[in-house]
Amino acid sequence: MYVYDEFDRAFLAERVAEFRDQVARRLSGALSEDEFKPLRLMNGVYLQLHAYMLRVAIPYGTLSSDQLRRLAYVARTYDRGYGHFTTRQNIQFNWIKLEDLPDAMAALAEVGVHGIQTSGNCIRNVTTDQWAGATPQEFDDPRIWAEILRQYSTLHPEFTYLPRKFKIAITAAPKDRAATKVHDVGLRLHRNEAGELGFEVLVGGGLGRTPFVGKSVRAFLPARHLLSYIEAIMRVYNQYGRRDNIYKARIKILVHEIGAEAFAKAVEAEWEAIRDGALHLSDEIIADIRSRFLYPDFQPRADQPAALATALEDPAFAAWHRNSVHPHKVPGHAIVTVSLKAIGAPPGDATADQMEVVAALADDFGWREIRVGHEQNLCLPNVAQEDLPAIWRRLEAAGLATPNVNHISDIIACPGLDYCALANARAIPVAQEIAKRFADLERSRTIGRLHVNISGCINACGHHHVGHIGILGVEKNGQEFYQITLGGRADEHAQLGTLLGPAVSYEQVPGLIEDVVDTYIELRAGPDELFIDTVARLGVEPFKERVYAAH
Amino acid sequence: MASPQQQKLKVNGPVAVTANRLTDGAVVWRTAQEDWSPDLADALIVTTADQAIALLASAQKRDTDAVGAYVAPVVIEADGAIAPGNLRERIRVAGPTFELPH
Ligand code: SF4
Repeated sequence: MYVYDEFDRAFLAERVAEFRDQVARRLSGALSEDEFKPLRLMNGVYLQLHAYMLRVAIPYGTLSSDQLRRLAYVARTYDRGYGHFTTRQNIQFNWIKLEDLPDAMAALAEVGVHGIQTSGNCIRNVTTDQWAGATPQEFDDPRIWAEILRQYSTLHPEFTYLPRKFKIAITAAPKDRAATKVHDVGLRLHRNEAGELGFEVLVGGGLGRTPFVGKSVRAFLPARHLLSYIEAIMRVYNQYGRRDNIYKARIKILVHEIGAEAFAKAVEAEWEAIRDGALHLSDEIIADIRSRFLYPDFQPRADQPAALATALEDPAFAAWHRNSVHPHKVPGHAIVTVSLKAIGAPPGDATADQMEVVAALADDFGWREIRVGHEQNLCLPNVAQEDLPAIWRRLEAAGLATPNVNHISDIIACPGLDYCALANARAIPVAQEIAKRFADLERSRTIGRLHVNISGCINACGHHHVGHIGILGVEKNGQEFYQITLGGRADEHAQLGTLLGPAVSYEQVPGLIEDVVDTYIELRAGPDELFIDTVARLGVEPFKERVYAAH
Repeated sequence: MASPQQQKLKVNGPVAVTANRLTDGAVVWRTAQEDWSPDLADALIVTTADQAIALLASAQKRDTDAVGAYVAPVVIEADGAIAPGNLRERIRVAGPTFELPH
């Protein structure tokens, strides 16, 4: 965990007091809605279809058990007893009253959590791998670098009014779990041949109306230059990014219009002038940030302890273990994914009770630490293998042990028309219906890894372009219709999906997805060929022929 | 999609003016008494663009009760009851279309 200092705490307390005053002035009429709206947005407060929504950032997806318990408290006290985890490592409370918001924010601020920079044209919450610091695959803990960026970008005056919002993601493992290639800036931490730590820098990725996969503008940036290089990128964007047209204002449009090479040249020129200036990261600064991350005091343990071997004789436990438990860098330990995708439940939602169960598990078995992944699941990153049976029993009792991680019912879905004022169509009930069709977990295991992503409009908060199966809600004559794409992926081989054919109605979607899956099972080269690989091998045509013939 | 506030006003049937209550964001409807009600049954229904524009203008006069006012389609049912005119408004009136987590 990162330990916040006095400056962070004092700043948050001041910010809550300021917002309390703004709300009072708004309620009294001293502030008009036009004056108040930008102020509430700066604190992560949106107005949705039927209530205010508070979006709270979970920096680099890391939460302490106290913080998660506080989220549960806010959900129960000021909301309707649940929260929604998003694809950007945020949590959203959907029903908070404006008059209660200052108290809710004060409760969150006490544990160092807030909604600042979760809205508006600024640098948003920097996201990363939910397995950071725990996976054996990584070159370094990416959260160190995310924290350096967080400190640099928080309230940065030059970057408070960018042409548009700006999202950065970091991976430090070759396996990209942070979707870095579809962010405005994606950073891939690795070591060069000399063993030095540095970043490959990708720019101009993004989804929405005009989706692009990020372009590499620098193969290796020594880590100590991270801030000066990001500053150079931001300056080029600030200067040349379009402010006249909201649909053309993201950095991806600039990179696309002038080309990655010209963009990189402009950045390098800007960077030359500042690279060794105030933003140069000295070894002392890096060491200081590093020292504020406290790591578990792991005791060496044997892999595959006897207690685990015995528990694995239970097929239900074994199914969960095979699906939701992942290798840890320390022998005898494991990473656990906590599925927030119980069959038929809204994807990514957790009740206050469930949050408390996970917080208690983190206290009892997981060094008080929880992670949030962009796939809208939670994670216990540091548990001992011998505790897995006890953890599973408690997760199971709370409805949090569905062994469907990375399966077809582990659907990423945005709030859609059930909440969102911008939506064209619903997303959550579509996800629920598809999950129910694949409720047979044996069948979903046979299907294997298959990511379904659903967005309720072209803004693509459900990342539909990069779902193996992507579903986009559109509106036609007042009715909900859905476009289906196949073959997208968000990992290190990121690519955008290809349109399968004409949009289909709300009622047709689940059946069509079943047909797509049946076609895959029939056409795959063998049980080991993943859906995404079959689509890559054959293209969408054979799917199109089969699926539309049936509908 | 552009929110209804940003779309061109089209009136080809009965409409009402709706907004979100300032204090808690709840859905409210403009009444004949120049007030707001959480109950669609209390809404003043108009049927021409001129009436709708006038109703919207009166609703926007003060912004301390409700915010984001716009004109929304409604349907008058056989028994005279007023119902929301499209899915978006149905969801605003009745809430999400699935069971909320509990
Ligand atoms: S994708 Fe569209 S509908 Fe879904 S949350 Fe984002 S803006 Fe709302």
